[in-house]
Amino acid sequence: MWVAALLAVTLLGSAAVMLSPDRYAGKLAAAISAVPALASVYMYYVFLTQNGGAGNALLSPGEVAFGQQIPWIDLAGYQISYYVGLDGVSMPLLALTTILTTLAIVSAWTPIDERQSQFYGLMLFMETSLVGVFAALDFFLWFVFWEGVLIPMYFLIGVWGGPRRKYAAIKFFIYTNVASLIMFAGLFALVFNTDLTSLALPAMAEAFRNASGLPTIAGFSLATISFVLMFFGFAVKVPVFPLHTWLPDAHVEAPTPVSVMLAGVLLKMGTYALLRFNFTMLAETAQALAIPLAIVGVVSVIYGAMLALAQRDLKRIVAYSSISSMGYVILGLVAFTPHGMGGATFQMVAHGLISGLMFMTVGVIYNTTHTRMVGDMSGLADRMPWTVGIFVAAAFGYMGLPLMAGFAGEFLIFQGAFDAATLGSAAPVLTSAAMFGIVVVAGYLLWAMQRTLFGGFSLETDYEVGPAAFHDVAPLAVLLLLVIVLGVAPDLSYDMIQHAITPLTGGGA
Amino acid sequence: MVHQLPSWAGLAPALALAATALVLLLVDSVDPDTTNTSLLGGVSVVGSLASLAFAVWFIFGGTGIPTSEGGVGTPVLFNGQLVVDQMALFFMIIVASVTALVTLASTDYVENHAYQAEFYALVLLAATGMSVLSAANSLATAFVALELVSLPSYALVAFLKKNRGSVEAGLKYFLIGAVSSAVFAYGISLVYAATGVLRFDGVATAIESGTVQTVVDGTVQAQAGSPAVPMSVLGVGIMMVIGGVAFKIAAVPFQFWAPEAYEGAPAPISAFLSSASKAAGFVLAFRTFAVAFPIESLVSSGEALNWFVVFQVLAIATMFVGNFAAATQEKVKRMMAYSSVGHAGYILIGLAALSATGDGMALSMSAGMAHLLVYGFMNTGAFLFIALAEYWGVGRRFEDYNGLGRQAPLACAAMTVFLFSLAGLPIGGGFFSKFYLFSATLDVGAWSLAAALVINSALSLFYYSRVVKAMWIEEPTGDRSIESYPTGLYTAIVSAAVVTVLLIPGFDYVSSLAFRAVELL
Repeated sequence: MWVAALLAVTLLGSAAVMLSPDRYAGKLAAAISAVPALASVYMYYVFLTQNGGAGNALLSPGEVAFGQQIPWIDLAGYQISYYVGLDGVSMPLLALTTILTTLAIVSAWTPIDERQSQFYGLMLFMETSLVGVFAALDFFLWFVFWEGVLIPMYFLIGVWGGPRRKYAAIKFFIYTNVASLIMFAGLFALVFNTDLTSLALPAMAEAFRNASGLPTIAGFSLATISFVLMFFGFAVKVPVFPLHTWLPDAHVEAPTPVSVMLAGVLLKMGTYALLRFNFTMLAETAQALAIPLAIVGVVSVIYGAMLALAQRDLKRIVAYSSISSMGYVILGLVAFTPHGMGGATFQMVAHGLISGLMFMTVGVIYNTTHTRMVGDMSGLADRMPWTVGIFVAAAFGYMGLPLMAGFAGEFLIFQGAFDAATLGSAAPVLTSAAMFGIVVVAGYLLWAMQRTLFGGFSLETDYEVGPAAFHDVAPLAVLLLLVIVLGVAPDLSYDMIQHAITPLTGGGA
Repeated sequence: MVHQLPSWAGLAPALALAATALVLLLVDSVDPDTTNTSLLGGVSVVGSLASLAFAVWFIFGGTGIPTSEGGVGTPVLFNGQLVVDQMALFFMIIVASVTALVTLASTDYVENHAYQAEFYALVLLAATGMSVLSAANSLATAFVALELVSLPSYALVAFLKKNRGSVEAGLKYFLIGAVSSAVFAYGISLVYAATGVLRFDGVATAIESGTVQTVVDGTVQAQAGSPAVPMSVLGVGIMMVIGGVAFKIAAVPFQFWAPEAYEGAPAPISAFLSSASKAAGFVLAFRTFAVAFPIESLVSSGEALNWFVVFQVLAIATMFVGNFAAATQEKVKRMMAYSSVGHAGYILIGLAALSATGDGMALSMSAGMAHLLVYGFMNTGAFLFIALAEYWGVGRRFEDYNGLGRQAPLACAAMTVFLFSLAGLPIGGGFFSKFYLFSATLDVGAWSLAAALVINSALSLFYYSRVVKAMWIEEPTGDRSIESYPTGLYTAIVSAAVVTVLLIPGFDYVSSLAFRAVELL
């Protein structure tokens, strides 16, 4: 019921906001989105205190929290139902989604100055879809939400974006839709070759994990082919090198609040789906393909970081560094160790908070200075002390400063990947190579900060450059607080993540 | 209930449409110059809604389900020339719904035209033909019904007499239609020559037994010493029947008329033809090929035509031609016309996704039917939006739609729902029906069909989203003023959008109805 309530509030709220006058839309949307945010915090609290032992939603569906199942359609011999539920992986991501949406909506008050009611309505509609993606336990329901995210995103980039927004929006739209179709084809090739009667994700997981006698096509088992097709489909969303080219365009053109959602939550859809589908349902194949996948992850880490190093646009720097950070997640997942996969999941949440924070900070600076180019401004620290302070803290979080969430995620991934049995003797080499990415991150962030934030103030502009408004800085402070809380007490999330992950890695239920 | 009524009452959905057409003609003869659009349109809408109500009542009342299975039996008329089974009712629902939407929208569209009574009467007559065609159980009634659909359609396409495009489209449509009718009639004569019967079940009996049949007192039986069925003649006959059907559904290679006719015709008529007329063509195809030409016997005889292979080629060719042509268009209406050709390709999967033994027919055909129903709403809605744009005098090209979203947000939101649903995004029922077709292809391992479906779906998103982009993202060009918001068009568009969206949670009803209808065949 709780999940249904979240979906209903955001969906109805979206309609209400669309019909409201532009002047009040932002405030109304923030108020409405606070409801699911507070509700998910409460759900998180309940989960933490009462359901701490819940297992993996796909492997032991009886133990999910907030579960609900209603039969929906019987299509072509397959039972499809409205089936939702949360486990230790989806609960933190759900909370991340609802909190980040509220903060992103507040951060949009300043930059969004036209067609507000449509903008905020679409933001809430996107929240509905995102909540659905993380909570759905039926494939069809999940796919409806998964594709449902595309539609608001397309408009949010296309209508309110920067100069090349039309190109970026259509590129994002077509790229990810084609990827979805490829994933869909790969998955259904498997579905039709097993005796499934239900498209519930737990049923699929059981059928695929125990599938035997799958046909072989051109020397490859169908499981391998499907795995590759599905990996391809999800990797576009993550994104993984070389499928990342839509991301810089989308990020740079999207308005800041949308970038926040894109980096903070949408990229996590890809890694979440990888974890649920590829690494849970086809775990054996994933282990067999661990080394090539780890190489893809490590290349993304290094390549993304190198690309970030070459940028002058602050937003582009953060965008490319997201590719780098998501590479760590891939590395952690293929390790198939409790800390590797758990760390990867933790990193999804941590990166969601930190990259959201970074984008928001860059947005606040842009709102004031109207430029994002590193060379164009310097010495902002004098004029916007609070914003700059948070920027510095966020950047150190990104670099993996201990007691910040990013450190915990990356440390756990490295620890898990270092002695990963799936990677064999390549594990230390690949992990060390990935660690090198951290050095590069420190390089470009320190460089960018030094050029823009410190030194004497200079900026060729007619605008008054002063401290940002309270409602611009407050979301930043909230996010920074969350980053620090998770860094100091990672067990707040890591415990429940471990409960959901250990059944996957073979380490007891 | 229904079983207490005489069996002709089973045709009530078609009779309601016919009676409405006659009432319209009566009004016209009393007051030939009337332009009282609310009276004429109102009568038409009420008539089609009555037809819809009858069909819905019958289909849920158990008409067409044998009494042994808890239904009330199948009304059979004229010695089996017409049967009102679940499939007939399913298609009558599609026809009546589209007719209601189209006539409702027309009240605004033809407001200032002469000959309004004729316009509505022709629409209703064509709808009557479609409704009868749904129930036709013999090649003879099918041909008569098909002509009743076609002849008013030619006139309707050319209704805008002073518009050269409309007249040209009407003429083209008429010429190609006449040729294909002739081909169809010739095919019927060959099938009759080969089997000795016109009734679908009789043709099937002849093919299965291999001997020519005769109808005696309404029952099909072989006479002593009747000759064997000449399979080669039958094969040519089947091929020609396919030709006749392919014309009606605008499938390759008989698709040439469609873009012209849909573009030149008044937009509500384009909606009518591309949704209802296409559905009528498909019911003919489904019934003929599922009942009259059983694939198992044809294949096992080894000599005659493997028609499902023909349909596989047609389906793939139609999908690619329709979608690739749509992607290169500069005018919205023409793009929609080609997309309609592409959708005919998707629905042809209903006949193409069979294995050599006819396995998977229930699944694939019900998938095709479900897609037709969903398509009936989303495609009609999209064409009616174009009608709205024509009403406002917005141009025909993509650029002319720029910024329309700011001036008419409600209609544009509805159009967005239609287009994304047509592309197969889960915002309308089109997503499920496409998935249903997809699973039907994979069920029999028809990989080429599945691949064609996926490729074309991906491509279609590109050209549909061009309209969406123009409406919402582009800046308005030039000064365009929208003075009025026509009630009839708006009501029709919004109700089509509501139904399209509601078909997501309600798709179970549609798919199970379609599946049961095919199973009962």
